[in-house]
Amino acid sequence: MDFLRPSTWDEALAAKAAHPDAVPIAGGTDVMVELNFDRRRPPALLDLTRVAPLTEWGTDGDLLRVGAGVSYRRIIEELGSRLPGLAMASRTVGSPQIRNRGTVGGNLGSASPAGDAHPPLLAAGALVELASVRGVRRVPVDGFFRGPKRSVLEPDELIAGFLVRPGGAQQFAKVGTRNAMVIAVCSFALSLSLETRSVGTGIGSAAPTPLRATEAEEFLSRELDWEARGPVPPSVAQRFGELVAAAASPIDDVRGTAAYRSHALSVLARRTLAWAWKGFREVGP
Amino acid sequence: MTTVEAGVAGGVGTSPKRPDGGLKVRGEFAFSSDLWADDMLWGATLRSPHPHARIRGIDITAAVALPGVYAVLTHEDVPGAKRYGLEIVDQPVLAMGEVKYQGEPVAVVAADHPETARRAAARIVVDYEVLPAVTEASLGVLLRHVPIRTGDPDATADVVVTGEYQVGMQDQAFLGPESGLAVPAEDGGVDLYIATQWLHVDQKQVADCLGLPAEKVRLTLAGVGGAFGAREDLSMQVHASLLALHTGRPVKMVYGREESFFGHVHRHPATMWYEHGATRDGKLVYVKAKIVLDGGAYASSSTAVAANAATLGIGPYEVPNVVMDASVYYTNNPPCGAMRGFGAVQACFAYESQMDKLASALGLDPVEVRLRNAMTTGSRMPTGQIVEGPAPVADLLIRVRSAPPAPEGSGDLREMPGGVSNTTHGEGVVRGIGYGIGIKNVAFSEGFDDYATARVRLELIGGEPAVLVHTAAAEVGQGLVTVQAQIARTELGVERVTVATADTSVGSAGSSSASRQTYMTGGAVRAACQAVRAALLARVGGARLDGGKVLSDSGAVIADLASVIGDGPIEETVEWRHRPTYPLDPVTGQGNAHVQYAFAAHRATVDVDVELGLVRVVEIVTAQDVGKAVNPLAVEGQIHGGTAQGLGLALMEEIQMVDGIVRNPSFTDYLIPTILDMPPMKVDVLEMADPHSPYGLRGVGEPPTISSTPAVVAAVRAATGKALTRVPVRPEHIVG
Repeated sequence: MDFLRPSTWDEALAAKAAHPDAVPIAGGTDVMVELNFDRRRPPALLDLTRVAPLTEWGTDGDLLRVGAGVSYRRIIEELGSRLPGLAMASRTVGSPQIRNRGTVGGNLGSASPAGDAHPPLLAAGALVELASVRGVRRVPVDGFFRGPKRSVLEPDELIAGFLVRPGGAQQFAKVGTRNAMVIAVCSFALSLSLETRSVGTGIGSAAPTPLRATEAEEFLSRELDWEARGPVPPSVAQRFGELVAAAASPIDDVRGTAAYRSHALSVLARRTLAWAWKGFREVGP
Repeated sequence: MTTVEAGVAGGVGTSPKRPDGGLKVRGEFAFSSDLWADDMLWGATLRSPHPHARIRGIDITAAVALPGVYAVLTHEDVPGAKRYGLEIVDQPVLAMGEVKYQGEPVAVVAADHPETARRAAARIVVDYEVLPAVTEASLGVLLRHVPIRTGDPDATADVVVTGEYQVGMQDQAFLGPESGLAVPAEDGGVDLYIATQWLHVDQKQVADCLGLPAEKVRLTLAGVGGAFGAREDLSMQVHASLLALHTGRPVKMVYGREESFFGHVHRHPATMWYEHGATRDGKLVYVKAKIVLDGGAYASSSTAVAANAATLGIGPYEVPNVVMDASVYYTNNPPCGAMRGFGAVQACFAYESQMDKLASALGLDPVEVRLRNAMTTGSRMPTGQIVEGPAPVADLLIRVRSAPPAPEGSGDLREMPGGVSNTTHGEGVVRGIGYGIGIKNVAFSEGFDDYATARVRLELIGGEPAVLVHTAAAEVGQGLVTVQAQIARTELGVERVTVATADTSVGSAGSSSASRQTYMTGGAVRAACQAVRAALLARVGGARLDGGKVLSDSGAVIADLASVIGDGPIEETVEWRHRPTYPLDPVTGQGNAHVQYAFAAHRATVDVDVELGLVRVVEIVTAQDVGKAVNPLAVEGQIHGGTAQGLGLALMEEIQMVDGIVRNPSFTDYLIPTILDMPPMKVDVLEMADPHSPYGLRGVGEPPTISSTPAVVAAVRAATGKALTRVPVRPEHIVG
């Protein structure tokens, strides 16, 4: 197996163009497991850890741009107030060691339906920045996933980072059968924006890909009392939960049953809505 | 009482640092998977993908043709006995014409690189004819039925509660996978470095399969990364030895995590039917019980597990009338065998659930109903055996009940059900409290000739007295090396003690299982030290040792210890036995089958998110009688670890089987408790000496695993009102 070690982004893109079957590796928390379990033996690995700009974040107009190589730990520590939903999700990833190594870019690259970073990115309407020697494109994250562990990433493309509009109220909750270090049985992210009076959602581990509950979003954005920020009627919360559950297409597997996942999603939707809205009511816009 | 030397640091009853502790914490300890020989080859195993199939043919051509491959062996290459087994010799070294469980070894490969070995194994073509698999114990072939009858089988009672309970297949989940290194020797034999629980039982089985005399199969204990029963049976021992003898090169085998789930036996899944009859004031009149255990494809230690389930199956209670039938069956599921608690775990979940049900039916407090039936010294087991030693069942229960209530949560997410996964900020959270108490036999039972051997040498090194202790007892992480040194210090009054690496050049120590090693090997070391001391005192007509001096009857100093040792080291080897046990009557189950009983009680406090079915165990209080805490810190460690393993069975640990196929052979999906799942514990250690055991000690390792499971489940029941008759309890059982 070849081990390609570009030191600049241009070199990385050139290497990927020259070796489209090379598997990019950053933290290695997914790729190394696949290698160790002998599930995958790619002809080459493309090590991105020496490409410094990937580990940077900053503003891009009114968006926040986060490099693909920023670790979960740094998301929690450095971006916790700007991207609270993603930070909450990052906190549920693996163990401290995994959070030190693992990156959101890697999570996107793996495109697992259980990837913890995906629901908050979906809820926040993030853009994924893909690059190749051919150029750069920005893909809305809800158009990024194509199937279990499949995305729109072309063979010569690398994930440069993601862009997201900071602000609003964000929540993330994940059900697992133990209290830490667990793959999601199902997860849910919610983002509310007073400014645009919009609702964003993201569902994890309950369909072949992470996905938005579009109908639930539209329903809630219509029903919330944005003006006075009055309390959410229980019937609205209930309906929102039902619509979130209805958006998923869960299966029975070793981690849980489809029926439980649907039930849990509706509970998480109601609870995260209460928490997020409470934040608005107490703190203001 | 014994003459115990005073004034030597690090003796019995203290907690000296364990020699492997710092190394393990720093990641520097050499486990069996770290073994290395310069010219070694790597072994790999081809396993059956089917739970049951006939093998019509095996074609190794493509595997042999792979460059770097040195040997590809099948059952035809096994020179000696083709089968092995702990109690019944029924398990093929390599499959012969048939595979009976998913993961059964079919062929082994040696190659110059582990990946080459795995690739070669994958190139072996096995022609399987898939056969129907029996995956329900009740439909399998009976392996052993243990009946117990005492009193009136037709007794009736005022209040009757019945229940059916199930225990899923738990895995020992040790962290160090099966591994070892086999080195061919010049005498045609083999030297095997191996992580195991019992070197001599491995030696016998390996020698039989290799067709070699035992003295040509020499075993040395390598660093063991946990055991919990999973290393009682052979895994890669014969395979690596076969490959080493065949190639003339050292061969190392290391299972990966996934393979490890197929490389060892598991805890028996159980289905249990119980009927308890009691008077209106809560005194048990009778218990009728039927326990069905799934033994899997091969016998392993199933017959002994069934006996434990039967003899301990009504719990630490006085019951005049008992009809108990425990049976274990062959199926096409993975073989089940020894795991911490060994049959007592499954039964305890059922009988403690029943005691709670009885309390509820009588309107009594769950502890009160237990107290009214608690066994004590002199009580009669359903086997007719009289409980001779201390049996502080009531005391243990009162202690855990009397502990202050668990603190209220601070609101920190880590204290909530779901933890940092942020599933609740208090919504749906209900607190519950539950109790459990269990009983376990210590050491081997039913007339087994259970002994341990120790060799102790007292000599001068650099002019100073020093002791060398040599046994074949397996240090599996429990701290036995430390305990052996403590005993030698206490008995000989010498601080400088070395414990030699365990190997088969000294007699058998028996297994590091059944909570027996401190009792048995500890007893043997103590007896060998006493023999050394007697020989030493005889040299100068001394009466006792004190402070490095030999004293007369009157206490006068006769000589310095060092001068008495002089140029003549003293070495004694002792084979030590506990009091004999006896077989069970095959019809009535009567007999003095066990040598010692041990008890622990737990109180669990849980917070349950009743809407999501998620559980956070808030606190566990436990009380356990250990007779004598030989190493108090190690005792506490055993109690913490055992309790965590029982919590795991209560809430998450299960090998999920569908039609004989393991669905979750990984630590991604076989979940064991993390530090955020295991709560703080209050541990109350009682030391009520057993008159028959060394220092009065009682086996410690298993009891905590037994009663923590029902205590946690009872607490979840208290919070949810759900029946919860199966462990592990899953979220969908709570919300369903």
